[in-house]
Amino acid sequence: MATSYQLKRADFIFKNENDWEQVLSKILNRTSQDLINELISSELKGRGGAGFPTGLKWKVASELEAPEKYVICNADEGEPGTFKDREILERVPYKVLTAMVACAHVIGAKEGYIYLRGEYKFLEPELEKVIDEFEYYLKEINFDFKIRVFMGSGAYICGEETALFESMEGKRGEPRNKPPYPTNYGYNGAPTVINNVETLAHTFTIFKYGAKKFYDLGVQYSRGTKLFSVSGDTPKPGIYELELGMSLQDFVFEFGDGDTKAVQVGGASGFLVPRKKFADTAIGFQGKLTGISLPTGGSMMLFNSSRSMYNVLDNYLEFFREESCGQCTPCRVGCQQLLLGIKAVKRGEKPASYLDKLLSLTETMQVTAKCGLGQSVANSFSSIVENFREEMIY
Amino acid sequence: MTTQKINITLNGYNVKVDKGTMILDAAKENGIIIPTLCYHKDLCVAGNCRVCVVEVAGQKRLSAACATPCEEGMEVMTNSLRVRNSRKHIIELLLSEHNADCTKCYRNGSCELQELASEYKIMTQDFIELVPFKTYTIDMFSPSIIKDDSKCIRCQRCVRTCSELQGVNALTVSHKGDLMKITTFMEKPMSAVVCTNCGQCVNHCPTGALVEKNYIEEVWEAIANPDKHVVVQTAPAVRIGLGEELGFMPGTRNTGKMVAALKRLGFDSVLDTDFTADLTIMEEGTELLGRLKKALVDKDPDVKLPMATSCSPGWIKYIEHMYPEYLGNLSTCKSPQQMFGALVKTYYAKARNLDPSKIVSVSIMPCTAKKFEAARPEMLDSGYRDVDYVLTTRELAIMIKQAGINFPALEEAKYDRLMGDSTGAGVIFGATGGVMEAALRTAYEIVTGREVPFANLEITPVRGMEGVREASVKIENPKKEWAFLDNVELKCVVAHGLVNAKTVMDSVKSGKADYHFIEIMACPGGCLGGGGQPIPTSPEIRKKRAEAIYAEDASMPVRKSHENQEVIKLYKDFLKEPNGELSHKLLHTKYTRRERF
Ligand SMILES: Cc1cc2nc3c(=O)[nH]c(=O)nc-3n(C[C@H](O)[C@H](O)[C@H](O)COP(=O)(O)O)c2cc1C
Ligand code: SF4
Ligand code: SF4
Ligand code: SF4
Ligand code: SF4
Ligand code: FES
Repeated sequence: MATSYQLKRADFIFKNENDWEQVLSKILNRTSQDLINELISSELKGRGGAGFPTGLKWKVASELEAPEKYVICNADEGEPGTFKDREILERVPYKVLTAMVACAHVIGAKEGYIYLRGEYKFLEPELEKVIDEFEYYLKEINFDFKIRVFMGSGAYICGEETALFESMEGKRGEPRNKPPYPTNYGYNGAPTVINNVETLAHTFTIFKYGAKKFYDLGVQYSRGTKLFSVSGDTPKPGIYELELGMSLQDFVFEFGDGDTKAVQVGGASGFLVPRKKFADTAIGFQGKLTGISLPTGGSMMLFNSSRSMYNVLDNYLEFFREESCGQCTPCRVGCQQLLLGIKAVKRGEKPASYLDKLLSLTETMQVTAKCGLGQSVANSFSSIVENFREEMIY
Repeated sequence: MTTQKINITLNGYNVKVDKGTMILDAAKENGIIIPTLCYHKDLCVAGNCRVCVVEVAGQKRLSAACATPCEEGMEVMTNSLRVRNSRKHIIELLLSEHNADCTKCYRNGSCELQELASEYKIMTQDFIELVPFKTYTIDMFSPSIIKDDSKCIRCQRCVRTCSELQGVNALTVSHKGDLMKITTFMEKPMSAVVCTNCGQCVNHCPTGALVEKNYIEEVWEAIANPDKHVVVQTAPAVRIGLGEELGFMPGTRNTGKMVAALKRLGFDSVLDTDFTADLTIMEEGTELLGRLKKALVDKDPDVKLPMATSCSPGWIKYIEHMYPEYLGNLSTCKSPQQMFGALVKTYYAKARNLDPSKIVSVSIMPCTAKKFEAARPEMLDSGYRDVDYVLTTRELAIMIKQAGINFPALEEAKYDRLMGDSTGAGVIFGATGGVMEAALRTAYEIVTGREVPFANLEITPVRGMEGVREASVKIENPKKEWAFLDNVELKCVVAHGLVNAKTVMDSVKSGKADYHFIEIMACPGGCLGGGGQPIPTSPEIRKKRAEAIYAEDASMPVRKSHENQEVIKLYKDFLKEPNGELSHKLLHTKYTRRERF
């Protein structure tokens, strides 16, 4: 059973605070260890999708000796229908920049980059202005740290951290083998902390108000708030900041149109949850104690009974077939097979049992693909095929 | 420093391995072979094919053995059910995307994908065949290489080869997802880009996607034609590589058997490129001494030094594209293959009383660039196409198999006369540093009247597999006519693999280097590691082949080019003198500036 929970709105991220200079100067007066402890005790986890504990990430990078280190803000936001990072950069960019400086202070970096999605180029001039303000301030206080904006190339895969480094290094955006992880071997082979825009924005709250404020929100393993991009069959699409840990039932009660058949949690690489499982599903990071708990980069898409789940899956698979970088076999060929496979079943060219062959293929993709893209195709595929098998066939 | 040993278990057995060893290598050291496709000993790890996945206890996902370092206490399973099923899926996926008409494929029988499919007994194809959904191009414009995208498994070995070993970057990856493919600048044919035709990509490709353009049928036809006199020449590196295709271990010398096989194939005359290797030394050595004289005595400001060797057509095309401003620094000597071709249809024809139009000149080379070289428009100095067909070591092996010859059982035979005599100096042309060593053996002796001051004539500083090797030889007490060279320290550099050629050329360009003589061979290890040599070629195999080359040299009764009796006779009866008028007409050439894309 999922924890019963009421939907709790929150307003931290977009709350306008005119005191970044004070916040930052306090941060810079604290020791690296102190800041890391604060972050660790907040239990903040990455909001870019993978949910890695942020404090731990900074800690690992801070402990390495290296002549160069980098802080990178991942603003590639490629997931279709998601635009929360854009909102943050538009409305409260100074929170992200404060966090980048804090990270530079903690790990000892001299350079930082904002990897900005190609389509967000219009944000660049404003962003540059705020960066100038920061650099002016940093110069005043003699803190050696430069921030630059790096324009992304428009490929979804470049949001994957190691592909992002490759692309920054002027190479083709292809994910690397892991290990080594970015904290040890990131941009230009140097220790690098890469965080999602939203993750960084949360650290502002944590450093300003203390870890407890953040920790007290949400539930065990899923502390704090999160921005959700709500879309699909909903009367109120938009971006909402909610406490983590809510049940999907409560979410649908709030955002559904009364006829919600299923919700896709976490975009194309997430899971489809059918109506009968709403009550048993919580939104947050997987922990040992919670029931079914689904992580998300923030995308919540609602489908009502007029939607064909076959079409939904077809769409996702087409997206993956094109957006796979194409380097590794399970993902490149697997995506093509899944897409053609469901079409063949639908047309009756392959028996319904072929879906089971495809399901076992997604298991292989999940455990053998080189990066998160290929590994996560199984999520939407299996959750849709298993819950809506009839719709796939007839 | 001793490397730290760590304990892991491999399929349940405890083993000790060096810290940081990749699982793939750790398994191999302990007698377990993990299948690979994108992995190649010569190249950096890509980890993209995923057939090498293994199970590591405690890990949700499988790990790519080629890219995962061992850690203390790791429990690795290389053949669990999960691993087998995943691998099978991956092979099935590759086959579903592949134009698997093996029976019509040049790599049938020597293909890594086919081998894996056979090993895993992939007998059915449940997945949908993707080939009919795509349009593929076959690029046949190059005289050396055929690129067939329908056979490509996108392992990127070719791309890494062209970039890491050759620094040419003619091949790149374009597009993403299902459209991802290996291509060239603006998708031009290989013949229209910076490709040097070196064939290293061919040698490193696991499948039939990149193969040499073969001329086997043309040669069979010529042999069968009673009106034609078919002459064959064999490059130095072929004799020590050929055996690998025919049941011998790498590093086996098979000169006599190779000659016997060629005679049985029906060639009218079996001659040796080593002969023109010796001739090259005479011409190129004279040219170098001439340039030194112009520079040191005549103080001619236009003389181009350092002088660079010109026997490697991959290197020639590379410098034509990349450093065209240095074309004047290349020796004007043709490669031994082309010198041979020009002489076969003139000197040889005359001596044998043959009509040159009826001679078909075939060469067996460790090299695909030689196919391009033979087809260069200027290579007609004999009045005919100097070399008609160039076959690689691999193509020769195919002919020997087609002819049903039991190669290991052959009695050794000797080269035919007139252009079949060779020396140890000619043989070492097949190894990186060999041209330099051969040239020094001769030039030093011409200048001083004494043998090079190295034990056993072995100029060890220019030997080995280091990418760039520098050496210098001090000239003392020269003969009277070479007095200007007294106490001159002749500075030499040797590089192999074009990525190392780039290093040398950049240091020349920057003015940092003060070399007199540069030897460059396009392929790693020199011709012995050529693009036309047996597949696989690896660092260990190159090392074995090099040992064989130097053993061949040591076994020769004559080891200095200027003592080759047939070369002496050639000058006496025909050419008159090195760099003479006839030499210039037949044995020297010019180069072409090319675009850089
Ligand atoms: C295919 C793919 C696309 C991704 N795209 C993004 C993205 O657009 N933005 C982002 O912040 N993280 C993205 N990620 C996750 C990053 O790799 C990385 O985990 C994240 O930037 C780490 O930051 P965090 O710890 O703050 O979440 C993507 C991952 C994958 C596998
Ligand atoms: S899983 Fe897909 S996106 Fe990731 S490396 Fe492999 S092919 Fe590229
Ligand atoms: S490349 Fe290999 S698998 Fe493909 S057709 Fe040729 S031999 Fe068969
Ligand atoms: S052409 Fe050959 S080496 Fe290159 S990617 Fe294709 S299969 Fe691999
Ligand atoms: S033949 Fe040589 S230069 Fe040409 S693509 Fe292949 S490796 Fe590169
Ligand atoms: S050999 Fe390891 S991934 Fe290809």
